[in-house]
Amino acid sequence: MAVGGEARGEVPRVVALWRDPRIRGLATQALVLGLVLAGAAYLVHNTIVNRERLGVASGFDFLGRLAGFDVSQSLIDFASDRSSYGRAFLVGLLNTLYVAAVGILLATVIGFVMGIARLSSNWLVARLALVYIEVIRNVPLLLQLIFWYVVVLGALPGPRDSLVVLGIGYLNVRGLFLPKPIFGEGAVVELWASLGAILAVVLLARWARRRREETGRPFPTLWVGLAILILVPLGAHLALGAPISFDYPRLTRFRLEGGLVLLPEFLALVLGLSVYTGAFLAEIVRSGILSVSKGQLEAAGALGLKPNQTLRLVVIPQALRVIIPPQTSQYLNLTKNSSLGVAIGYPDFFNVAGTINNQTGQAVEVIAVTMAVYLSFSLAISAFMNWYNAKMALVER
Amino acid sequence: MATGEISAASLRPPVAERLGVVGWMRRNLFNSPFDSVLTVILALFLAWALVQLFEWAVLNAVWRAESKQECEAAFRGERGACWALLRARFGQYVYGLYPVEERWRIDLAFVLLIVAMAPLFLRIGINKLLYALGLILVYPILAYTLFLGGRFGLALVETSKWGGLFLTLVIAGVGITASLPLGILLALGRRSRLPVVKALSVAFIELVRGVPLVTVLFMASVMLPLFLPEGVTFDKLLRALVGVSLFSAAYMAEVVRGGLQAIPKGQYEAAAALGLGYWKMMGLIVLPQALRLVIPGIVNTFIGLFKDTSLVLIVGLYDLLGMAQLIIKDPQWLGLATETYLIAAAGFWIFCFGMSRYSMALERRLARGHRR
Repeated sequence: MAVGGEARGEVPRVVALWRDPRIRGLATQALVLGLVLAGAAYLVHNTIVNRERLGVASGFDFLGRLAGFDVSQSLIDFASDRSSYGRAFLVGLLNTLYVAAVGILLATVIGFVMGIARLSSNWLVARLALVYIEVIRNVPLLLQLIFWYVVVLGALPGPRDSLVVLGIGYLNVRGLFLPKPIFGEGAVVELWASLGAILAVVLLARWARRRREETGRPFPTLWVGLAILILVPLGAHLALGAPISFDYPRLTRFRLEGGLVLLPEFLALVLGLSVYTGAFLAEIVRSGILSVSKGQLEAAGALGLKPNQTLRLVVIPQALRVIIPPQTSQYLNLTKNSSLGVAIGYPDFFNVAGTINNQTGQAVEVIAVTMAVYLSFSLAISAFMNWYNAKMALVER
Repeated sequence: MATGEISAASLRPPVAERLGVVGWMRRNLFNSPFDSVLTVILALFLAWALVQLFEWAVLNAVWRAESKQECEAAFRGERGACWALLRARFGQYVYGLYPVEERWRIDLAFVLLIVAMAPLFLRIGINKLLYALGLILVYPILAYTLFLGGRFGLALVETSKWGGLFLTLVIAGVGITASLPLGILLALGRRSRLPVVKALSVAFIELVRGVPLVTVLFMASVMLPLFLPEGVTFDKLLRALVGVSLFSAAYMAEVVRGGLQAIPKGQYEAAAALGLGYWKMMGLIVLPQALRLVIPGIVNTFIGLFKDTSLVLIVGLYDLLGMAQLIIKDPQWLGLATETYLIAAAGFWIFCFGMSRYSMALERRLARGHRR
């Protein structure tokens, strides 16, 4: 940039217009924006023309129209002859949330057990966990889902030779049959009592923690909490004269009657998702525990903490700080991956959206709704993450 | 022992019980009563499971048969695996529905790729970056011509005939070569000082990362025809390729951003002080360092992409898993679901496990380079 003026040690007053960083920045942005807008306009124009040519309706009016197809599993009342497309979307959404909630619960258990097993001093346990992780992580989830559905659940016996599960349920090729809770009079009170018990335990845990931090006196939160969680609902149950009863499935000559049915599609999806995600969670848990430095353990020992206190008060809180962020993103992955249920016929949100798209032909609207739903999952998760990170960030004194 | 004194105890030979196989077992398998019980239970279960597996997969397995019926007839007593399926259908697992007499074209392209890539992995004195760029520009055209044919006297093979492991490798290969440069551009955009560029990049990355790949593939297969003017059609494979590339570009962008953030500010300032413009600064100073830092992350994204190729099944393409789905419906081999899927799973596993080991080795090698 040897401009004449610089040689004499003077700053040049006027910079050529195309060298001014501000102008260049503005020009670049205008160019990029122009290109993107032009591209978008071109696509929108084509879409409008194509839709007119194909005679596809536009707008979201179809949400109110009669759906006319059945959904194999629905948590809310749904029938093809009186429910709308909008309600079908809702059914799909609830199914996705249902499978994701159960899957997340199971994946967390598998992940923590396997992550800790991986660090076990028992060679056999650690090796088995390693084999589980390396096999599961390196095979596509879709293949695993199909395997669970076709090979594992498909090999179950027919209804007549159902396997008995824990003495209360039956497992066969049609699904898992469990006792169904029946809410009688006063059941609401019992549910409120259970909710109250949970709330009481949360408050108790907070109080106990504050007292420990201020005075150093520990409180047996676990045992007292468990007692509250079991005794309060049980007390309410007995006092109200057993308002919640169970309808047990009964094995008749050809089929099973009554009870709650978990369809094989649901079972395969839950098993596939939780076993797959569990392998990733196991590695996260392992690295979280390993991230707690040895000095912390030694310091805890020097303070006279017992091994289980060290684990509970020193290792876990610090490990969780490392574990939870990637853990939540695994939960999000699990929720998004539940859309693969379409391959085995589970009526999740994506599957229902596909059916609606086929029936109405309004691809743009259907895809917009689908993307909005999945995006709001991911926004909700990242909002939680930000809140959690802010709460858990290391407070340095 | 910080003082360096040698106590009398440490001079004594180790207790015999802590040595050798017995000692190892004591320490690692029977350390406490609970440990011992766990070990015994697990060992018994494992032994039972392995015996069952061995009987099914090896002892009672049939390797030579022309159909499932012949397999069944050959079972002596207990039913084993019918690996004759693998023999009979190996070609389809690898090449899909590609015509048998044209399969040499795929082999040739594959051999060419290995030969052409060899210099990149050897430690010889060439400009690897320039070489790789040349390869990326030339090889796809060559491979595409070979695969599709219809020119230079080669018979035309429609993309609907492509399948199996071959298709998996094509999608994964195109995905990675397209998503790396796209991802780098998006990452630079996200770190840009220009608000419009930044906003557009962030919007794209978060939008794509927020939705499952199936929706992106679905969108590519349903919406692309709507987006294009009448008469312009894309084939199914190309639509899937566009979807996969855009999807993994968003993930790649986040990996590259991690590398960009790790480069100290001094490097940018030094580059600016030398009078380098934006592209020179990024291309010559920042990106070479940033990309080297995130090579393991890039390989991990690639492993994810490789596994995700199986999703093209949902938009009607027959990759390795898709072929398994076709083979399972073959009347000659009907009802061999376990074998069919295990073979496909083994195919995926070998590639993904191999890549993850490679990534770990690479990580160690790079870490060594950084150590002082």
